[in-house]
Amino acid sequence: MGDPAVQNDAAVEAKVVDEGIDRGVEALTPERIESVINQVFEKETGARLQAYVETCVHCGLCSEACHFYLSNDKDPKFSPVGKVKQTIWEMVKRKGRVDADFIRNAVEVAHTQCNLCKRCAMYCPFGIDIAYLMLVVRRICHKLGVTPLYIQDTVNSHSVTMNQMWVKEDEWIDTLQWQEEEGRDEIPDLRIPVEKEGADIMYSVIAPEPKFQAGLIYQAAVLMNVAGMNWTMPATPGWDNSDMAMYTGDNEIMARVKRSHFETARRLRVNKIVMGECGHAFRSIYDMGNRQLGWKMPPIPVQHAIDFYDELLREGKIRIARKFEKSVTLHDPCNIVRGRGLHEKSRSVVRAMCDNFIEMHPNREHNYCCAAGGGVINCGPPYKQKRMAGNRVKAEQLAATKAEVLIAPCHNCHSGLEDIIHHYKLDMEVKFILDILYECMEKPE
Amino acid sequence: MHTIYQFVSGPLAWIAFILFAGGCIYRVAALLHTVYQKERFIFSYMSWRHSLNSIFHWIIPFASVNSRKHPVMTVVTFVFHISLILVPIFLLSHIVLWDEAWNITWPALPDGLADVMTVLVILSCVFFLARRIVLPEVKYVTSASDYVILAIVAAPFITGFYAYHQWPGYSFVMILHILAGEIMLIAIPFSRLRHMLFSVFTRAYMGSEFGGVRHARDW
Ligand code: HEM
Ligand code: SF4
Ligand code: SF4
Repeated sequence: MGDPAVQNDAAVEAKVVDEGIDRGVEALTPERIESVINQVFEKETGARLQAYVETCVHCGLCSEACHFYLSNDKDPKFSPVGKVKQTIWEMVKRKGRVDADFIRNAVEVAHTQCNLCKRCAMYCPFGIDIAYLMLVVRRICHKLGVTPLYIQDTVNSHSVTMNQMWVKEDEWIDTLQWQEEEGRDEIPDLRIPVEKEGADIMYSVIAPEPKFQAGLIYQAAVLMNVAGMNWTMPATPGWDNSDMAMYTGDNEIMARVKRSHFETARRLRVNKIVMGECGHAFRSIYDMGNRQLGWKMPPIPVQHAIDFYDELLREGKIRIARKFEKSVTLHDPCNIVRGRGLHEKSRSVVRAMCDNFIEMHPNREHNYCCAAGGGVINCGPPYKQKRMAGNRVKAEQLAATKAEVLIAPCHNCHSGLEDIIHHYKLDMEVKFILDILYECMEKPE
Repeated sequence: MHTIYQFVSGPLAWIAFILFAGGCIYRVAALLHTVYQKERFIFSYMSWRHSLNSIFHWIIPFASVNSRKHPVMTVVTFVFHISLILVPIFLLSHIVLWDEAWNITWPALPDGLADVMTVLVILSCVFFLARRIVLPEVKYVTSASDYVILAIVAAPFITGFYAYHQWPGYSFVMILHILAGEIMLIAIPFSRLRHMLFSVFTRAYMGSEFGGVRHARDW
C-alpha cells in the first residue's frame, strides 16, 4: 500500500516562508484549482502526459538517477517517481479535485526538489520524462498564481525589460562601453561592436553578466578580438538570452523573450548566435523557446560557448600560450550535455588548456546535476538549505577528484557548485572555461 | 463442470481474444490520435534510427547503465518477460488447441523447458512482490492495483503449472487456468499492463529526442 509521506530532516526543518507561495495559496479556491488543473490537462497536454502516467509500472528504477533522492538518504519522497506520485498522479486520479495544501506541497516539490535535469529519463526503462511532468505541475501552479517569489520576480523582470535582472537599456550599453575601455588597456584596438548589422556573430549573454560579472564580457571581447571574429552585441532589448519564464511554466513570457532574442539577431542580419557559458539559456533557445514559437529547431543557428571555443582552437584562431598548471576537474552541465551532447567538445577544450585533468565519476551524460539548475537556485534563499542537503552526492563526487579547480561551464552550475563547495567545506575554486582560456591563450604583446 | 469448461474455452475465449486484440488496437490508435490532435510536433522529431537505437539498448540485458546497476532485477525481469511471452504461445498443449480449432500449428517448446519457464515466471512474480514490500522506494509508489496486476499475471502460470501436473482437482483448476489466462489477456490493454503496447512508443520518443535533438545517449 502507498506509504504516508515519510518525514525527513529537510521536511521537518522546512515550513518555508515564501510570500509568493503563501499569498498565492491563500487566494486559492477548490473550484479554481479544479478548473485550472483540468484546463491544463485537457487543453495543454496530451498523449505524453497520458502515456507517462499509464505506462509507469511503479517499479522505482528511476530512483537512483536523482541526486535529491541519493542525498536525502534515499528518502522515497525525493525519488523521481515519488515526486510524480505527490503531484501528477493525485491530480489525475482526483480529476483536479485537490486542496490548497496539496498545491502548496506540489509547488515545492516541482520547483525546489527537481532540477528538470532529465537524468531520470535515462534511468527509467520506458524513458518516462519526469522533468516534463514536473514542468506541467509548474505550469499548473503558475496558472494558479502560486510560484516562489524570487523566481517570479525574475520572470516579472523578463516581462518588463526583456532581461532577467531589471538591467536598464542605458546601463547595458554603458557596461559594454566600460568593458571596451577596460579592454583597451590590454589590447589597444579592442572593440565591442554594438549594433553592427551584417556581422557574422551575435554574441549574447545572460543578464547577470552585465549586472555582476562584467569581467566575463571583457574576457569574451578579448577572445573575439584575438580570434579576429566579425561579431556584434545588440544595444536593444533582446540581448539577454536567459529565460526563467521557461522554468515557471510561464510559456507566454518565454515566447515573448525568445522572440525578441531571435528577432534581434535577425535585425542585425547575423549568421549565427554565439552564447556565453550558460546552460539554461541554451535550453531555452535551442530546445524550448523555439518550440513554443513553433520552430522545430532554432530559426537561427545557435552555438554554445563550448562548441565555439572548440572550433576556435581547432582552427587555430586561438592558440594556447602556456598550459594551466593546477589540477582541474570538469562538471557536465545537464542542459548542454544531456541537452546537446557537448561533453566531448568540452573535454577537448579542457585538455587543450590543462595538463592535469581529472575526471569526476559518473560523468558525461550520467553526471550528477548541480542542484541549482531548472530554476531551483532562482527560488532563492528560503530553499538554500534544502538545496545543499539535496546534493551531498555532488560534494562527495567533487571531493573524490581532489582537484584544485572545478570547471563549470554554466552560470547556474557555477553558482550552485560554489554553494556546495562552501557548504561542504571543500577546498576547490570554481572557474568558467573562459576564465582559464583567457588566462592561457596567446594574446598580442 | 463440462459445460462450464465448454463456456470458458468457447465463447469466453472468443470474447477474451476479441477484447485483447481490439483493445490493443484501440489503445494504440487512440494514443496516436491524441498525438495527432494535440502534440503533432512529436511526429516531426521521430527518427527510426534513434528510436531503434534506444529500444535495442533497453531490450538487451545490461546494455543500459541502469540495468547494470540492478543486475538481479535485470536478470529476473528479462527471464520473466521472455518466459511470460514464450510459454503461452509455444506450449505444446496450447498449440494442440489451435490445431484442433483452426488446423494451424507451429513448433513447440519441449514440455520440460516450458515447465521450468513457468516456475521462473511464478518465482519472478514472488520477487516483484517482495521488492514492493521490502524496498522503500518501490513501496512508496505502490498502490493496491500493483498487487492486483501481479496477481493477474501470476494466476495463469500458477494454475497452469498445477493443471499440467494433474494434481488432485486438476480439471477444476484447468477451468480456473483458462479464466485466469483470459483475464490476463483482457487486462493487457485495460490496465498498466498496457506498458506492453506503450513502451515502444515512449522509448522511441525519448530515443529520438535524445539522439536527434540532444545528441546524447539515453541509456
Ligand atoms: C512485450 C513488451 C514488454 C516490455 C518491453 C515490458 C517491459 C517492462 C519493463 C521495462 C518493466 C519495468 C520493471 C522491470 O524491469 O521489471 C516491466 C514490468 C512489468 N511487466 Fe512488462 N513488458 C512487456 C510486456 C509485458 C506483458 C505482456 C506483461 C503481462 C501480461 C507484463 C507484465 C509486467 C509486470 C507484472 C511488471 C511489473 C513488475 C513489478 O511489479 O515490479 N509485461 N515490464
Ligand atoms: S532532479 Fe533530475 S533526476 Fe531528479 S527528478 Fe528532477 S529531472 Fe529527474
Ligand atoms: S522507472 Fe519509469 S516506470 Fe519505473 S517507477 Fe520510475 S518512472 Fe515509473
